[in-house]
Amino acid sequence: MGIVHGDEMVLNIGPQHPSTHGVLRLKVHTDGEIVSKITPYIGYLHRCFEKHCENLTYEQVIPFTDRCDYISSMNNNFGYVVTVEELMDIHVSEKVEHIRVIMAELNRIASHLLALGTFGMDVGAFTPFLYMFRDRENILDLFEMTCGARLLYNYMWIGGLSHDLPVGFVEKTYEFLDYFEPKIKENDDLLMYNKIFIERTADVGVLPPEVAISYGVTGPNLRGSGVQWDLRKDEQYSIYDRFDFEIPVGTGQMGTVGDCWDRYWVRTQEMKESIGIVRQALKQLPTEGDVQELVPKKIRPPKGSIYKRTESPRGDLGFYIISDGKPTPVRVKLRSPAFTALSALSAIAEGWMISDVIAILGSLDIVLGEIDR
Amino acid sequence: MVVDNLMQWFESWTLWEAGSPLLFLIVVVIAGVPIFLLMAVNALVAVYAELKISAFMQDRVGPMGQGPGLHAGKWGLLQTVADALKLLLKEDIIPTLADRKLFIIAPFIIFVTPFIALAALPFNQNLLIADLNIGVFYILAVGSISVIGIIMAGWSSNNKWSLYGAMRSAAQIVSYEIPVALSIVSVIMLTGTLSMQGIISYQDGTTLGILPNWILFNNPFSFIAFFIFFISGVAEVNRTPFDIPEAESELVAGFHTEYSGMRWAFFFLSEYANMLIISGVAAVAFLGGWHSPIPGFLESPGWSLFWFISKVGMLIFIMMWFRWTFPRLRVDQLMNICWKVLLPLALLNIFGVGLWGLFVA
Amino acid sequence: MIHEQVLKCLREKFPGSIVETEEMPADFIPIYQKNWAEIAAFLRDDPDLRFDSLQCITGVDLGEEGMDVRYNFHSMTHLHKIEIRISVDSENPKIPSIEQIWRVGDWFEREVYDMYGIIFDGHRDLRRILLPDDWEGWPLRKDYETQETFHGIVVPKVKEEWE
Repeated sequence: MGIVHGDEMVLNIGPQHPSTHGVLRLKVHTDGEIVSKITPYIGYLHRCFEKHCENLTYEQVIPFTDRCDYISSMNNNFGYVVTVEELMDIHVSEKVEHIRVIMAELNRIASHLLALGTFGMDVGAFTPFLYMFRDRENILDLFEMTCGARLLYNYMWIGGLSHDLPVGFVEKTYEFLDYFEPKIKENDDLLMYNKIFIERTADVGVLPPEVAISYGVTGPNLRGSGVQWDLRKDEQYSIYDRFDFEIPVGTGQMGTVGDCWDRYWVRTQEMKESIGIVRQALKQLPTEGDVQELVPKKIRPPKGSIYKRTESPRGDLGFYIISDGKPTPVRVKLRSPAFTALSALSAIAEGWMISDVIAILGSLDIVLGEIDR
Repeated sequence: MVVDNLMQWFESWTLWEAGSPLLFLIVVVIAGVPIFLLMAVNALVAVYAELKISAFMQDRVGPMGQGPGLHAGKWGLLQTVADALKLLLKEDIIPTLADRKLFIIAPFIIFVTPFIALAALPFNQNLLIADLNIGVFYILAVGSISVIGIIMAGWSSNNKWSLYGAMRSAAQIVSYEIPVALSIVSVIMLTGTLSMQGIISYQDGTTLGILPNWILFNNPFSFIAFFIFFISGVAEVNRTPFDIPEAESELVAGFHTEYSGMRWAFFFLSEYANMLIISGVAAVAFLGGWHSPIPGFLESPGWSLFWFISKVGMLIFIMMWFRWTFPRLRVDQLMNICWKVLLPLALLNIFGVGLWGLFVA
Repeated sequence: MIHEQVLKCLREKFPGSIVETEEMPADFIPIYQKNWAEIAAFLRDDPDLRFDSLQCITGVDLGEEGMDVRYNFHSMTHLHKIEIRISVDSENPKIPSIEQIWRVGDWFEREVYDMYGIIFDGHRDLRRILLPDDWEGWPLRKDYETQETFHGIVVPKVKEEWE
């Protein structure tokens, strides 16, 4: 198909725009509807996380990790405490491990629900978004019940947890899982298998696996490209080796491997796997034990440094921590998965139309809080 | 035939000589009042319906409130009234770099389009402002004026989003007019008249024994024509899944991004009035207009009005249903559907209706 | 094991590139920045190493000891990982860029530049990324001093009562 090239127009998508998922500015060169160049400008939400960490004690950093990726705070807590625990050589009790896994997986479901809902909204479907928020609300209720907060939990402590599970949590969680499992299909029928949605996302924004790896794209975005890579299995941490779950990868069911539809599909399948993990963890959950028995009085990790990654809903969440034996870390560096995913945007979205750029951005599931830190 | 009756009534006063231009002007102004009221009431009701329908579809309750006062009435009934009040009181903002004149005129042009189109829409046997002998043609022709307003709004706002919205809208409306007109052509071929009342009276009686003699059921081709008309009609009024000119997640608000307050309300009013017109024309051309769905049953003028409004309401409901179910198409996909699917289908359909008329009927 | 393997390979292919100390660290490899770009390309392309994924670039200011840039690599094919550290001079911080070898290096290097002012030689688009373009100083350096005003806004130096 021949394309007539005219003059280019520079369009600023953001910083205030309905579908930038935070405060992001994309400087877009357009030729008619077709986008020829994308330059993302970030930093609007920069809150000096790493600078703050220089002056905070190890336990004081935890609330700040909440605020990095505010959609999946539990997973951020998890990544940070696991890293510090490895540095300090703390092995938490069975009960704590199980509760952490339950929380992290529930938060993964909540995060994916939000990701899918907003993706739907980016392509113009409003109703699925509310259905998914309705279901996400139940998870937030569970969290509120446990630690009193609905968004920023500060729940996982180094060596333990801030609260034990409340009475009735297990039953409520089972109830939620039973309610939620059929809802996944309902949402899929409404949005994922909708002909228009398929038209809008299949074959659009294909991210080939080698490009994805070179750009450091991880998590569901990488799995959407057909690479079977999940830190929960490949770089086993916590107690994920005890659970039986699959790693869904994109197969190009509706178009090409690594298109927007595959990224959507992978997230829906991951929610199902997370349900399975939560069920298994609830079944094995030890009832006895104090969740704070191993919380150290003084957190002073030995001199040294560590880089550890965990699987957040958006991909590899890495913490690089340098300790000099004092109560405050020398350096905490957060390697955010959304940061690398956004850096790949210009590689995959150039040459598509404005509407596609919005859809691709939605499919990458970025959280600006985490990108800008 | 409100205009004709008014004319006769005024002439009977013998103050003016018959056919005086002044008299005609007075009559037209008086006849315009009910249209304006209709548009306002339509918007109030339709917006409330949309709020509630979307809410029920999305597992919400929608606007709620108890009693008058600052609450939005019982079941939020006064929600749209409050909205309208807010829009009236809102500050009118015109961007400094906007093309002032065009910026101000644009909403009026867009508003005038459904306003004058409604003049030819029959609500029952008598309730019709003017029974033009080219009624359908008139409505379709007048309907395309709104493109000019949209382009003016988009251009004069001096905003890139508005410009995108306007360009998309122009392309879309101009394209979709063709399948709309072609599907109406097959109706005209059957009825042999362009008059709205003429088309409706053709649909009196029954067909196939029990079905009402609507053009929808007249033959397989006119059945298809209805769907071509309705799909293109949804695109004509920029509703989801064809709402790319306003595409919230892409173009912020499309061609009316820079408008606020009452000027924006004009766009809003005309959007809902356009829905009414498209549904009205669909009802007249395919669903028997004000005829009762059970032929010969409850056909007094009052009931006819009820039947007509029910049919229109049903079609508007379906449009709302679309909106809260479907994602949005992309620009090129939208054009593909129009030029590669609907247009050839509509042309074939005309051919089919002709053949049916020659050999079967 | 992968650690030893990388050490061995680098000693063979790029003699004198590794900072040799009496007690070699066990969890990272310190190297000189001299031909870092070639070493990086080798790390990625060597079939036995194949570090195809650059996980993270961390800048560190160690005060007296100068500044470090630390790279965490990972291989998706062989599932092994390595950390490489390169010291840079605080006075004239410069290091070869690896942005064209791993595309993700682009933004990571920009971030390190943004926070530490380390110049990545050969980076095609080295700009600030998180901070505004006209920000003064390099915030994560130990000798960083907050600027007095930013675009006419006075930066509060004394902490308010909320602390």
